This record gives sequence, C-alpha cells and structure tokens, in this order.
Amino acid sequence: MYILEGEGVTKYFGGLAAVDGVDFRVDQGEVVGLIGPNGAGKTTLFNLISATYSPKPGIIRFKDIDITHKKPYQICRMGIARTFQMVKIFGNLPVIENVRAGAFFGKSTSVSSANATKDSLELLEYMGLSQVANTPARDLTLANQKRLEVARALATKPELLLLDEMMAGLNQAEVAGAMQLITSIKDRGITIVMIEHVMKAIMNVCDRIIVLHHGKKIAEGTPQEIATSESVIEVYLGEDHHAGSE
Amino acid sequence: MDTTRFKSKGFYIPGIITLIIFAGLVTLPLFGSLYNVILITTLLMYANLTVSWVLFSGLTGYMSLATAAFFGVGIYASALFLPITGAELPILVVVLIGGLASSIIAFGAGALTLRLRGIYFTIFTFGLVVLIMELLNWWELSVNKILNRYIMLVDNNYIFYVMLGLFVLVMLTFFFIRRSKFGLAMRSIGENEEAASHMGINVTMVKIVTFAISAFFMGATGAIWATKLSYINPHEAFKVLISFLPVLMAIFGGMGHIYGPVIGAVIFAYLQETLQTKFSEIYMLSFGVVLVLAILYMPHGLVGLIQKVWRRISGGKRVHT
Repeated sequence: MYILEGEGVTKYFGGLAAVDGVDFRVDQGEVVGLIGPNGAGKTTLFNLISATYSPKPGIIRFKDIDITHKKPYQICRMGIARTFQMVKIFGNLPVIENVRAGAFFGKSTSVSSANATKDSLELLEYMGLSQVANTPARDLTLANQKRLEVARALATKPELLLLDEMMAGLNQAEVAGAMQLITSIKDRGITIVMIEHVMKAIMNVCDRIIVLHHGKKIAEGTPQEIATSESVIEVYLGEDHHAGSE
Repeated sequence: MDTTRFKSKGFYIPGIITLIIFAGLVTLPLFGSLYNVILITTLLMYANLTVSWVLFSGLTGYMSLATAAFFGVGIYASALFLPITGAELPILVVVLIGGLASSIIAFGAGALTLRLRGIYFTIFTFGLVVLIMELLNWWELSVNKILNRYIMLVDNNYIFYVMLGLFVLVMLTFFFIRRSKFGLAMRSIGENEEAASHMGINVTMVKIVTFAISAFFMGATGAIWATKLSYINPHEAFKVLISFLPVLMAIFGGMGHIYGPVIGAVIFAYLQETLQTKFSEIYMLSFGVVLVLAILYMPHGLVGLIQKVWRRISGGKRVHT
C-alpha cells in the first residue's frame, strides 16, 4: 500500500494543461522532492492533492482511499497537511492561536481546549517558537513564519506533510535549520513531499525526487540518478540557455 | 501591538460595571419615566443589531448588508401573527418565529452565496434586502390587496423586557462564541480562509451557521420592535438604512473588544434620537463627520481609544480593584 498514489492526474486551466497525466507513488516514511522549472506544475499538483482543485481526469488515493473529490478540510482531517509557497498565516492572531486552530480542527475526533493548548505549546517548543508564542504572527520574521506554518500543519497530526518551498527566501543558516527540521519530522514517522528550488537541500534530505516539466513527469529517481539524468540536465540547462538569451 | 485586547484584562472593573448597568436596566421601568423606557428600548434594539452583525461580519470578515432583510422579516412575522385584531400567537412565540424565519433565509442564502468573496458577497446581501422587500410588496399588493398592516399595541415595559432579554442572549452568545473553538475557526476564516480550510476547518459550515445565528437575533429583534410601530408595509419594514447603521456603529465603537459594538450602538443611537428631534436638518451630516473622524483617528474605535488613554493613565500597569 502506498501512502499517496496518483494515476493520470491532469488539470487544465483554460486550454493549457498545468499538470498533464502525472503518475506518482509515495511510500510510507519517505521524503520525496518535487522539482522542476517555474511553471512546471508543482504547486498545482500540491493543490490537487490537498483538494484546492479536483483533477480532471485522474485519481488520487491516500492509503488506498480515493480522495479525488474530497474537500480541503476532509483531506486535512484524513491526515494530509500542507504549507504554502506564499505564507498564509493568521497574521492578527497570536502565534499560539495559529497552532491551536490546527490542533482543534485537524483531526476528525474532538479535541479538548486543554489538550489543544498543551499540544500547541509542545509544538512551539519543538519548532523553537516558544519565545514568540503570544506575538501576533505577522510580526515574525519570514523564516519564523514558515516555521509557524509547519507547526500549524503538524498540529493537525498529519501522516503526510506537503511542504511548498519552505526554504525560498531563507538565508544559509535558516536553510540549514530547515533541513534539520525536515529530517527530524521524518524521524517522527511523517511522510514528506516537498517542492524546493534549493538544490543542496533537495539532494541532501530527499530519498527520491520527481521532476516535472510543462506539467509532465520527465524523471524520477534517487538524488544521484536525478543529478546525472540527461533529460533533467537538458531541461535545466535548456531553461538557463533560454533565460540567458532573453 | 497589543494582543491582550482579546483577553479579559482587569476582569473585575468591567464585570462590576456590567452588573450595575444590568441591575439598573432590569429595574428601569420601576423608577424610570416612560420616555426613558422607550428610549432605552431603542438603544437596545440598535445594540442587538450591531452585536449580531459583528458576531458574523466582525469575526469572519464577510461584510454583510443583509441586516435590514432579517430585521424586516422579523417585523413581518409580527405583522402577520400579531394583527391589531388580536394576537394569533403569544408574543414570545412570534419573536421566536421572526428569529427562526430569518435564520432559515440566512441558511439558504448563505448556502448559495457564501462562496462569494469580498464585495460580491456584500452586494448580494444588499440585494437580498431589496429582493425580499419587492417580493413582499408584490405579494401584498397583487395577492392580498393590502397597503398597510396594522399591528396590535403592546405594553412598553413588556417590549423593553423582551428587548433586554434578547440583548442579554446576544451578548452571551457573542461572548461564548468568541472564546470558543468555533470563534477561533471564525477568526481563522477572517484571517485567511484558504489556510483555514486546509487546517481542517469546514469553512462553509462555520460561515453558514454563524450567518444563521446572527440572522436569528436580527429577526427576533425586528419582531419585537414591530410592536412599537402601529402599522407597517414592505417599504417601512425593509429600510436600507438599517443595513448600514450597525456597520457604522460597530466601526465607531470598535470591534476588537466585546463592549465596542455595544458602546458604539448606544452612543450612536442616542445621538440619533436626540439630534433627530433637535437638529433634524443636520443630524445625518454630523454623523458623517463623526464617522470620518472616527475612521481616520480611531482605527480601533471608541473602545480602542479608551483603552489607549486608560493605559497611559495607569502607566501601562494592570489595574485591579
């Protein structure tokens, strides 16, 4: 049984296929990287998995259950949490309330207020955000806002975590911190699929990488295989060349 | 930025003041003049509408202009069941009917339109006022051949106590929802609806249920208010100003604190009642000026301003009795 499985997942925007017949499988406990040039369809694929959109055609299964036509809140309660490329924190609420929202609503079972608070405090401690627990979320640095998004996602007690460009805009030290965090989340037994442009991070933390280009899957394999894949190099060099000529 | 404004800061003073005011209100008909009873009934009516409005729009950020629709439906419930020829149902039952009818309409309208965001939702809610008014107008004129409906007279003290009861109910509802898990869901929606939905919050359900709760109090308030109007017709029952006043009152009072909408409504309504009789020419104009000044210089409303001044006086320390 795969924790996440997609068959022929397709999404058209107007006449353009943003994601075009992509098959993918994610094993329990893996860290899978999703890479590709800008506009390759990575975030759209995340939006399809987390039910912002429905694939048409295509099927997505989570632990062998068809989740193709579920709603975002149902997806979350089943055990898939996500973060966003552009952070979507609850800016005017204190940091702790952001996390408590996830703790309260992320599971289909009812959570008591005391337990939600306890879990949230533990998560803030784990993410190194205890100091700012009562600060309005919008006053945090970008790196901390991104950590807050991860904390809020983890508060929903997911089995699968989708991280959308968690490291974009972070400095070297913050990237190193984020890499440690991903390894540590993996050690908690949570499966991770991450979109990332920071190659160092991708190559170091991922067990497997899927490469998208123009909405199609063009390669899949271990970091070593991807680093030496002809078609991947062509796509990236091709784009560099193209970008250089403009 | 002060985050403690969501928490009860110095609980005792507001608690005691609330109790004193409440005791004064309950005994008002014993010592107050009839004029005062009627005046305070009016203030409570606006407070009910404003708090109900903030209950939905203030927390979720969905700006509704449907207040007049729900208020009007309540008024019409009384017109139908409390005619001048004698009550067909007990008054409290009619108040309940007014509330429930508004709730059901809010539920239906919400299910259809709470997918709309921003200005589209606002325009729709405003359209709802006009739609219901014109439908009733057509029904009255073409089907029933009735121009005005006459409503039975009810004792002013009785109206006052029902209005006060509704006020207590809406305040308790507002207080507990704000502090509850449900309130956290609403504020999350107000902050970022997409993130809220991916956080396991059933955003559609939360919005519709709150819209219906808010509409219930508006409808119930309309139903009891109707007994003060000797006759009504659709144009009298559905005044668009009723949709805008709660918004202005809430902004004026400030929405960051539970007392804000009440204080805004009471002061605003009191000014309206007194200015309207004394300076009927310029009272709307002076409202406009006050409101512009309030938005420019009191971003958190009157309550925000009071808190700021209070903090300065008390040197930023917590004050206990």
